[in-house]
Amino acid sequence: MNKVSQPVFKKKVSVRNISFTFDELYLMPAIIEVKNLTKQFKDVTAVNNLSFTVNAGDVYGFLGQNGAGKSTTIRMLLTLLQPTTGSIHIFNKNLQTNRKKILTQVGAIIEKPDLYKYLTAFQNLFFFAKISGVKVLENKIMEQLEMVGLSERAHSKVKTFSQGMKQRLGIAVALIHDPELIILDEPTNGLDPQGIADVRNLIISLSKNFGKTVLVSSHLLTEIELIANRILIIDKGNKIVEGTSDELLDPAKTIVALNTLDNQSAKNKIVATQWGQYLQQSKNDTIILKFSKDRIPEFVNQLVQLNIEVLSVTPRHSLEDYFLSLTTANQHVEPVTV
Amino acid sequence: MWNLLQFELFKIFKKPRTYIAFGAIAAIILLIQIALLTNGKEYVKFMLSSLDDTLDIPYDQIRNGYWIGFAILNLLLIHVPILVALVAGDMVAGEANMGTLRLLITKPISRTNLLLTKFFACVIYTFILVVWTAFLCLVVSVLLFGTNDLVISKEFELLQIEKTDVLWRYIAAFGFGTVGLIVVASLSFLLSVLSDNSIGPIVATVAIIIVFTIMSEMQIPIYDKTVKPYLFTTHMLGWKGFFYIDSDVDGQTIKGSIQHFSSIMKSFAILIGYIFLFVSSAIIIFKKKDILS
Repeated sequence: MNKVSQPVFKKKVSVRNISFTFDELYLMPAIIEVKNLTKQFKDVTAVNNLSFTVNAGDVYGFLGQNGAGKSTTIRMLLTLLQPTTGSIHIFNKNLQTNRKKILTQVGAIIEKPDLYKYLTAFQNLFFFAKISGVKVLENKIMEQLEMVGLSERAHSKVKTFSQGMKQRLGIAVALIHDPELIILDEPTNGLDPQGIADVRNLIISLSKNFGKTVLVSSHLLTEIELIANRILIIDKGNKIVEGTSDELLDPAKTIVALNTLDNQSAKNKIVATQWGQYLQQSKNDTIILKFSKDRIPEFVNQLVQLNIEVLSVTPRHSLEDYFLSLTTANQHVEPVTV
Repeated sequence: MWNLLQFELFKIFKKPRTYIAFGAIAAIILLIQIALLTNGKEYVKFMLSSLDDTLDIPYDQIRNGYWIGFAILNLLLIHVPILVALVAGDMVAGEANMGTLRLLITKPISRTNLLLTKFFACVIYTFILVVWTAFLCLVVSVLLFGTNDLVISKEFELLQIEKTDVLWRYIAAFGFGTVGLIVVASLSFLLSVLSDNSIGPIVATVAIIIVFTIMSEMQIPIYDKTVKPYLFTTHMLGWKGFFYIDSDVDGQTIKGSIQHFSSIMKSFAILIGYIFLFVSSAIIIFKKKDILS
């Protein structure tokens, strides 16, 4: 049984319609538990032996470049795709055998929010609420439209909406039945900067103020960095790394990219010293190490003593750089849990 | 399921293409009625020209609302199935194309229920289309041309049905026709499940109907036993059987009788079988289908 790895809520929060104190929440089982999930499309392995856990109250960032397998994984979580192998448990129940029950508590946007263009925003929300099993009240629908800033366009047909408005309406549809788990696949796609900020604030609010568990995927890594408390990075269907954003962005684990005139020789010299333990990857153009940023001067001195001709030493601390450093290597990387 | 059925019907009747079918049927029927109102006698003469030399045919009495209705139904043999395919072919593939199918599947509804509900919505649409056709074809024709005995030709004989014996035959024929059209809807529905674009299933259904109808109508002995019994279009013509009245040894028609009731029932059972085959195949495929749209 998994536990929430760090305090998320300081007040009482609602999970699955029950109020929990932090201590109780701390002991809550995982909301999503994915084990050894694989999806094969003929000769292509879109997702390969993926395992991860999303705990109650998490804003779980699901990162990867285009084609990394994010959407395939999310589609399996939402029963759009059948896994080739592996298991998915949501709310501690097997998804395959409890699909209907589980989906009553899940709201989702998958890639772009395609809604019925010939219906109005109100009609879309009304019917999706009904088929989600929610008692439909006009004021609740209007509240939802108000929340996403579309109340004035409630009775306009969706075909007259901009991409951003459709995206916001898609979020309203995902939330209309007050789900405990919200799965958002690239929710900021097609939004302008203000729209992106609005969605970001909404996700944070859903987690902090309403105790929702959110799984959000994106290739906009800076977005995930700002909202997620736990992050999974996948590449070519493989899990690269999973951990809390604090751990991944820990200044004590700054990524340092070193370029020299002869990287191969430099690497050999570094391995022979204490700095060798911090070595992560070595490629023709860059040597990647991971250590505290404060130790960079000490490291540079060591390089000078070793007669290594340095071209650059670049500290990287954003998740995006970290992500790129892990995924641009055109090789299989063993998964790491930070 | 009721909520979903309401939603499906609401969607069907919110789409402009739905009304194309109603408009097209109204246009075809009204044009035929106007033509027969002005040149009806010549048309009846043309239709019965082979019998004109041997019989003294009362053309004005034959050209009544019941006869016009029967003539129109024969002319609509291919049109109405096409109009049914227009909606049924769009039910799943259209949603896949729009991207709304994935949203529907993430809702707490089983795939079987989703598909059955969509199919029932198709059935209701087909029924409404038949009622609309019946209204225009029969009610408007009766209002325009009045009622009299219905005289129809079957191969080399003329069958006269008393006017008091006609209406129930129409009701039965429309009921049978509805089942025939539901077969078309279920075929189109099955093709819709296999595709992510509604054009494909609609065109494929129309092509199948045209080819099968031509084969069903062709009088080629080799096809009579080897191909025709297996074509659903052959059995869809079973509605005509309700107008083939039986006669006694003196050649007098027997009121309320039907010549080959058992073959009508056989065709009916085969059509129901086709519906089950197409819909159950659609469900099996859809349950396992990866939604990639």
